[in-house]
Amino acid sequence: MNIKTSAAAGTLESSDAYVMVEPSDTLEIAIESVVYNQYADQIRAGIEQVLDQLGVKTGRISINDKGAVDCVIQARVETAIKRAGGEG
Amino acid sequence: MSKLVASIREAIEKCELRDGMTISFHHHMRNGDYVLNMVLEEIAKMGIKNLTVNASSIFDIHEPIIGHIQNGVVTGLECNYMGAKVGKAISEGVLEKPVIFRSHGGRASDMEKGTSVIDVAFIAAPTADDMGNCTGKLGPSACGSIGYAFADAMNAKKVVVVTDNLVPYPLVGFSIPEVYVDYVVTVDQIGNPAGIVSGTTKITRDPVGLRMANYTAQVIEASGLLRDGFSFQTGAGGATLATAQYVKEKMLAKGIKGSYGMGGITGYMVDMLNEGCFQALLDVQCFDLKAVESIRTNPKHMEVSATQYAGVSGKSAGVDNLDVVLLGATQVDLDFNVNVHTDSNGYIMGGSGGHCDTAAGAKLAIIIAPLTRARLPLVVDRCLCISTPGKTVDVVVTQRGIAVNTKYGKNAELKEKLKAAKLPVVEIEDLKQKAEELAGVPKPVQLGQKVVANVLYRDGTLLDVIHAVR
Amino acid sequence: MRRSMLFIPGNTPNLLMNGDVLGADSLILDLEDAVSPAEKDSARILVRNVLRDLHYKGCEIIIRINPVETEYWTHDLDEIIPLKPHMIMPPKVSCAQDVKTVSEYIGRLEEACGFPKNTVKLIPLIETAMGVENAFQIASADQRVAALFLGGEDLTADLRCKRTKEGQEIFYARTRLVCAARACAIDVYDTPFTDVNDLPGLYADAQFAKALGFSGKASISPSHVAGINEVFSPTQEDIDYAHDVMETIRIAKEQGKGVVSLRGKMIDAPIVERARQVIEMEKAMFGEVEEDE
Repeated sequence: MNIKTSAAAGTLESSDAYVMVEPSDTLEIAIESVVYNQYADQIRAGIEQVLDQLGVKTGRISINDKGAVDCVIQARVETAIKRAGGEG
Repeated sequence: MSKLVASIREAIEKCELRDGMTISFHHHMRNGDYVLNMVLEEIAKMGIKNLTVNASSIFDIHEPIIGHIQNGVVTGLECNYMGAKVGKAISEGVLEKPVIFRSHGGRASDMEKGTSVIDVAFIAAPTADDMGNCTGKLGPSACGSIGYAFADAMNAKKVVVVTDNLVPYPLVGFSIPEVYVDYVVTVDQIGNPAGIVSGTTKITRDPVGLRMANYTAQVIEASGLLRDGFSFQTGAGGATLATAQYVKEKMLAKGIKGSYGMGGITGYMVDMLNEGCFQALLDVQCFDLKAVESIRTNPKHMEVSATQYAGVSGKSAGVDNLDVVLLGATQVDLDFNVNVHTDSNGYIMGGSGGHCDTAAGAKLAIIIAPLTRARLPLVVDRCLCISTPGKTVDVVVTQRGIAVNTKYGKNAELKEKLKAAKLPVVEIEDLKQKAEELAGVPKPVQLGQKVVANVLYRDGTLLDVIHAVR
Repeated sequence: MRRSMLFIPGNTPNLLMNGDVLGADSLILDLEDAVSPAEKDSARILVRNVLRDLHYKGCEIIIRINPVETEYWTHDLDEIIPLKPHMIMPPKVSCAQDVKTVSEYIGRLEEACGFPKNTVKLIPLIETAMGVENAFQIASADQRVAALFLGGEDLTADLRCKRTKEGQEIFYARTRLVCAARACAIDVYDTPFTDVNDLPGLYADAQFAKALGFSGKASISPSHVAGINEVFSPTQEDIDYAHDVMETIRIAKEQGKGVVSLRGKMIDAPIVERARQVIEMEKAMFGEVEEDE
C-alpha cells in the first residue's frame, strides 16, 4: 500500500496516540512520546510491524503518543495509512 | 505600641536580614500565594544574597524563585513538596546545593529540635491585628487553617506577619498569638483567592478510579477498623474522595460513630462531621471553601499545628492514633517503598507532605493508584526515590488487584481477612507482572550523577537522595 | 452468567483497556452509536487490535456492529469475526431476514477462519416497533440467536412517545420480548436505565425487569453495574434452597424414590432446573476469586 495523500488518525487524549502520515520518497518515522525514555524502541518496532504488514515502503509517519499501548498505536498507524491510501 | 511597619522592605531591614540567612514561608495560600514572590523580589532589590528559603511547599506560582536561584539571591531550598515547574528546574540542576525535602511533621519538628534554624519567618495571614495576632479563618484571602505556620512563628528568630486584612486589636479568634510576632506589614493582596482554595473538590467520575475506591472501602471494612472510635485521613485526590464517600455510606448505614477525621480537610470530611461520622475534625489545612466555612463556624472543626498533626517532637501527635490513611503514589516498589517525589522520568513533581508521617502513624496505610498511568507501570523493582519506607505501608489497591504487605512480619491476619471478604488479593510481584503484560517492560531510566535533593525522613535522618535528570 | 452488560465506546483506548475491571459480566464494545461516521474505520481497527492483544479475563465480549442498512456492517464483521468474539449484536433488527443476513455473512467468515459453525452467537437489538412485533420470528430465525436485547431509546422514538423513568411506554415491548425469548428458550436483556446519577431509580427499574422475567440488564454507565449484578444475582436464600433441592433429589435417587417433596412442596422438573441455574450462577459469581489464588 502506498501513502498517496496526508492523513491522520487518533487523538491526543491520555492512553491514545495521534498519528500523521504524509507522502515521501523515503521512509521516515518520527516519534514523540510521554514515555519516550521507557518505550521508544517498542513503539518503533510496533510501527514497523504495521508498515511491513501493509507493505508500506515510503512515507513520513509522525506519532504524538500520550502513553498508548502497542495495540492502540498500531491501530492508529494502520487507520492513518489506510486513510492515506484511499481506503477506509 | 504597634508592630506595624510601612513596607516589606522596612520589615526586612528591621529584622536585619543579611547574606547567608534562612527565611521561611508557609503554603496555605497554595497556588494563589503572592507573599513568597513579593518578599524575594524585595530582597533581590536590596542586594541580599546567598539565602536559604525554607517553604513548607513550593507551587508553580513560585516559578520566579528559579530566577532568584540563577542570580544568587537564593542558594538553598528546603520544602516538603515542590510543584512540577520549579521541580523541573531543580531536576535539571539549577541549584548548586541539594534541596532538602522534609515531611510536614518532620519540618515542624526539626525547627522545634533546633536542627532547622529560621532567621526570619514571613507569615502570610488572611487577617491580623497590628500586634500580630493572626488567623486564616477570616478575610478576603481566607484559607482556613494555618497549621503549617505555627512552627515557623514559634521558632523563628524574627517573625513578620504579612496581611491584606488588618483589623483593630485584639483580633477575636486568633490562631497565632502576638507573643511570637515582631512586625506586621499590610499589602494589597496576599494571594489570589481562586488559587488558594478550590470552590469545590470533586469526586472522580473516572470508572477506574471509582473501582479502586470501591475496593478500598471494602478493604477498610474487612480490616475490622471501621467501628466506633474510627479515625481517618484522606487527601483531596478524586479516588480517595470517592473512597471517603463509600466509607461514609457504610458508617451511616451501620450507625458507626467515629472519633476524628484529620489532615488536609475537604467538604466531604465536613459532611462526614456534620452527619455524625466523627466527633471532631483535626485540620492542618483546608482544601475548599466548605472546609474554610466550617472551621470558621463549627467548634468541632479544630485547627491543629503541623506538630500536633504529624510531628515527632511533641509528646504525641494526631497521626499516632490514626486508624486508616488513604495515600497516593507515582511508584511503588517490590518492597512497598513509595515514591511521591518524582515522576517516572525522575523529574521532581511532588513531595512527601504528610505521606510518610501518616503512613508511619496509621494502623492501616493504604496506597491507591492505577496499575498503569499513561502506560507506565505503578509497581517497579526500585522506586526512583523513596518518599515513604515500605515497612510503614500496609496495602496497595489498584483496579486489577490488591497487594497486602506481609514482608515485614505483619499483616498476615489482614491478608486473610481481605481474602475472606472475596477481595482480589494478589502479591505485589503480580501487580508488576500484570502491568508489564499490558504495557510492556519499561526501559530503566538513566539519571545523572549529581544529587539535586536529599530526602529526610520525619525523624531527620536521610531517607534517600534524588539525582539530576540527564 | 450474564447479569450485566456494559457498553464501552469503541474508539476510547482508555476505557477499552480497563473494560474488564468494571465488574460487568459482559462488555458491549460499541461500533455503532458511540462512534461518529468519520471514525467508523478507526474504531473498527482499534477494537480488532484490542481483542487481539488484551485479555478480558472473566468477561464476555459482545460487539455491537453497525446496522445492516449501512455500508459499515460487513467491514465490521470482516475485522472482528477472526478474533472470535462471544457474540455479535446487530442493531435495529426488525425482522427474521435481518438476522439471517448477518448470520450468513458470519457463517462465511467462520468457515474461512476454520471455526466450527455457529461459534459466534447473535444477540439482536430490537429497537423498532416492527422488531417488537416480529420478536418471536427474530428469536427463532437462526441457531446463532442466543438472546434478545431491548433498546428503549430508539423504540420510543419510533413509537412517537416520550421515554420516561417509569417506563409505562415500553411495558408492552418488554413483556413481548420476554415471552418471545422464553418461547425459544433463550435469554433476554433489558434496556439501560439512562439517568446515571439516580441509583435508587436504577434499582427499581432493574427489579421491575427481573420481575418481568428478564435475564439481566444493559448499562451505559459503569456505576450501574454493581446494582444490576446485585438485583439479578440469586440471594443467599435462593442459593441455600437450590442446594437443598439438589441434595433432596440426590437422596431420593439413592433410595429409588420417584416423587419427592421439600418443605411441603413437590419437587418437579422446573424446580430442579431452576435450582441448577442458581447453583451455576453461584459458581460463576464466586468462582473467579478462587481461580486467582
